[in-house]
Amino acid sequence: MREQALAVFFQVVLVLLLAPLVTGFNRTLKARVQTRRGPGLLQPYRDLHKLLRKGMVIPDTSSWIFSATPYVLFVATLLASLLIPTISARAPLSLFGGVLAVVYLLALGRFFLALGALDTGSSFGGLGSSREMTISAIAEPALMLAVFTVAIGAGSTNLSIVAQAAQGQSWRFLAPSQMLAFAALFIVLIAETGRIPVDNPSTHLELTMIHEAMILEYSGPYLAWIEWASAIKQLVLMTLLVNIFFPFGLSASWSPIAVLISLPVFILKLLLLSIVVVVVEVTNAKMRLFRVPELLAIAFVLGALALISTFIFQG
Amino acid sequence: MWPICELYSAGLLLYALAALTGLAAHLRKIRATWVATSLCCASMVAAALEFSASAASLIAGAEFNWSLPSGAPFLHYGVRLDPLSAFFNLALSLLAVSVAIYSVGYLKHGVLQRRPGLFCFFFNLHLLFLTLVFTASNIIFFIIAWELVVVTSYFLVVTDHESAESRHGGMLYILMSRGGTGLLFIGFLLLASAASSMEFQAMHGSGTKLTPALGAAAFLSLFFGFGVKAGIIPLHIWLPAAHPVAPSNVSALMSGIVIKTGIYGMARVFFDFYGDVPVWAGMLVLLAGVVSALLGVLYALMEHDLKRLLAYHSIENIGIILMGFGSALLFRSFGHPQLAALALVAGLFHTLNHGVFKCLLFLGAGSVVRGAGTRNMEEMGGLIRRMPWTALFFLIGAIAISGLPPFNGFVSEWLTYQGLLAGFGATPTLTRIVFPIAGAMLALTAALAAACFVKAFGITFLALPRSESAENATEARFSMQAGMAGLAVACVVLGLGATWFVPIFAPITQNAFGVQITSQLVSANGLLLTAGSAQNGSVSPLMLTVALVALGVVPLALWFILGRKSTRATGPSWDCGLPGLTAANEYTATAFSKPLRMIFGALFRPRREIQAEYDVSPYYPKAIHFESEIAPTFETHIYQPLLAGIQMLAARMRRIQTGSIHAYLAYIFVTLILLLLFGVRE
Repeated sequence: MREQALAVFFQVVLVLLLAPLVTGFNRTLKARVQTRRGPGLLQPYRDLHKLLRKGMVIPDTSSWIFSATPYVLFVATLLASLLIPTISARAPLSLFGGVLAVVYLLALGRFFLALGALDTGSSFGGLGSSREMTISAIAEPALMLAVFTVAIGAGSTNLSIVAQAAQGQSWRFLAPSQMLAFAALFIVLIAETGRIPVDNPSTHLELTMIHEAMILEYSGPYLAWIEWASAIKQLVLMTLLVNIFFPFGLSASWSPIAVLISLPVFILKLLLLSIVVVVVEVTNAKMRLFRVPELLAIAFVLGALALISTFIFQG
Repeated sequence: MWPICELYSAGLLLYALAALTGLAAHLRKIRATWVATSLCCASMVAAALEFSASAASLIAGAEFNWSLPSGAPFLHYGVRLDPLSAFFNLALSLLAVSVAIYSVGYLKHGVLQRRPGLFCFFFNLHLLFLTLVFTASNIIFFIIAWELVVVTSYFLVVTDHESAESRHGGMLYILMSRGGTGLLFIGFLLLASAASSMEFQAMHGSGTKLTPALGAAAFLSLFFGFGVKAGIIPLHIWLPAAHPVAPSNVSALMSGIVIKTGIYGMARVFFDFYGDVPVWAGMLVLLAGVVSALLGVLYALMEHDLKRLLAYHSIENIGIILMGFGSALLFRSFGHPQLAALALVAGLFHTLNHGVFKCLLFLGAGSVVRGAGTRNMEEMGGLIRRMPWTALFFLIGAIAISGLPPFNGFVSEWLTYQGLLAGFGATPTLTRIVFPIAGAMLALTAALAAACFVKAFGITFLALPRSESAENATEARFSMQAGMAGLAVACVVLGLGATWFVPIFAPITQNAFGVQITSQLVSANGLLLTAGSAQNGSVSPLMLTVALVALGVVPLALWFILGRKSTRATGPSWDCGLPGLTAANEYTATAFSKPLRMIFGALFRPRREIQAEYDVSPYYPKAIHFESEIAPTFETHIYQPLLAGIQMLAARMRRIQTGSIHAYLAYIFVTLILLLLFGVRE
């Protein structure tokens, strides 16, 4: 019981601190690849610190939904992060909800974010919320198929058990089903975190933005919660990818030594995945909105193939 | 020991009494408000009696049987409260209590105000016959009650019979129900011939005694016969026509429980009358579930009539229930009673949950329609400030129906997923692929439902009002709020306390498959809901909620440390540089669903027409006329040819319909002779 409480505490702190770092790393790396200097690794922390101390302006058209949204989004996303294994194969709260709960907690946050966007009454809010709900809806089947492939392989939806099962056969990611599921989940990661080619996190061009359009009216601490929640969501999905398919270095317990060994490995894995995301981002142009379904259809087909190859190759 | 029989009979008697009083009040033209109020209270008490009878029967596991001979052959007025009946009766009476409370205030409005007595007459009769449908234990009696439900709900649907739309909806409903009943007759008679009895008890497992061909025929006619009532696609077209035009308290009952009579019938047939079915039958049910769920939600997304949108969501949820039933049938065919029990629990739990949140949403829609004076979402907006409580209850319902944690919709969808996931490992050959694909489609359905309810809630309640009537909307009466509050609490309690309610399914799965899975579904002292065992996956809506609340400390603490001094001001939203933000700047429901309308264009085949009038330059249009609609595929491609065929057939049949009474007497005489010659064998 005490160990579990400690694990919860540790993972909360870890996720809160690590999420902005991954975002910062992404931005810096992207800038360097584009031969810019970039804002520096720690800029997201500075942004959050600044936003938390700033005053905020609430639209006079809005209701309590607008104010509740940042809290719901932040807390739901943070809770989702406690259900997945990060540095230990034993996620602190994995018993209270498996991979389905993770997906649906993220959906709960998105539901409120879309409502908060509509609450402002501006056309941008509606535009963002409509697009976000559309894209996440058509990303959902691909996400689920990939998740099912993994869950069926481990015989459980509990992510701790999935990670432990994966640890038992570390080279399993070479199996066709795992590679296909990874590819499907990677496309979903791009779509869900709003990266190029689906959405551009650094644009405020009205015709193309999705996520940014939804949060246009948020400011001060509310914006800080939303930005932080987005960073955590990205971390959650990336962690899911690296730890389920490449369970190297996951510690079996939460003892201090095990954590000290596993933490660098975990960060290293995240950074490697970040590099892939950045490479995809800088080598692609943003797609037209109505091309995105095709990309997600590819992800769906990859997920279906992953399942079928589970069946054919028994792996 | 609870007096189950007495409670049950008292409830029925009170319904009947309230109905007769309503009729008397109508005939004597008493329209005082006390009539409606007292009769609604009577229905509430009657429903509460039925609720306690069913709950007692479920908890004690006591079955009760009671029958009255009719004198006619085969017909007994028999009622039986076995676990399955008791469960559906429980759902019915739970909803009936809330709807009755809601109706106290609702009957003071609109067209109902003019004929409260007549409404209460049909309302109570409707509840009475619904109770009988769920508890009848004789085929003929069941069919009689079934038909009387159709008749009474027809009269409830056309309460506003001055409107042509109501009459059309009611007519479509009664016509399609007739067709469904015809199919039920065929199926039931086939099964009864195998059981050589008309009693439900004798028909247990009788489906397997038929030859495969006849068994399949009976299965199909019963599935489609009940499917009409449940609203599976493509038999659904009456549902979005009839549910929205009824008064909202009636829509709530119809979407909440009347369509579940179809689900009850299917559960009775699939898991009681048939001991086993071939694999294709399970596949058919699963497929019908997937198609209904997906198309239901897609059509719902295109609606901007709030009540039609909700009606389409009923089709979606019937689909989700059938996914549970279909996988239960498949598991039984492949010899996995444990998994079959899991899937059946998922389907039945979703039946109850959908009843609760759909009833809540329709009652909320009723308050909104009354408050804003329109069903068109494009004319609403900003109602959260004018109707704060209705908005809160509607939001709870919206979260629940979207399957989001921690409310009840999430729990039953989670169980459905677990059933589908287990299907991959438990079934042989390629059939196993069907399960995860169905799971992916369920995920798509749930995500689209979330999108749809962002639209429904966001456009209706948030931002600025889009019309004058929405601007002047007022909050619903207290009794209406109370009715909704009860159901909202039920949504939360059924979600957080799912582990307390799952054990009520134990006797049902025991009767159906001979296993009680519910003890495995609940572990860690009722904290965890598991998928067979905690090893397969577990969830705890209660602990998730506790964690959500506890994690709220993090943002609050950070805010306290860093942002305590941050100021808070209100100001206008960014209006793109135009002078002042108006309702015209807001996204509309049509615009919100536009991306999906384009992505699924092959299905919707949208048509749009834009006409602009210019004055000087084409950049400054004076007026724009915009029209957009989607193709009613099922109506034009299935029902119109069908209707044309029936009309052609009728035209041919007219030749023997001479209108001369002598000819008719001759027909009767010839038929009688033929029956005596060939029909009667000794």
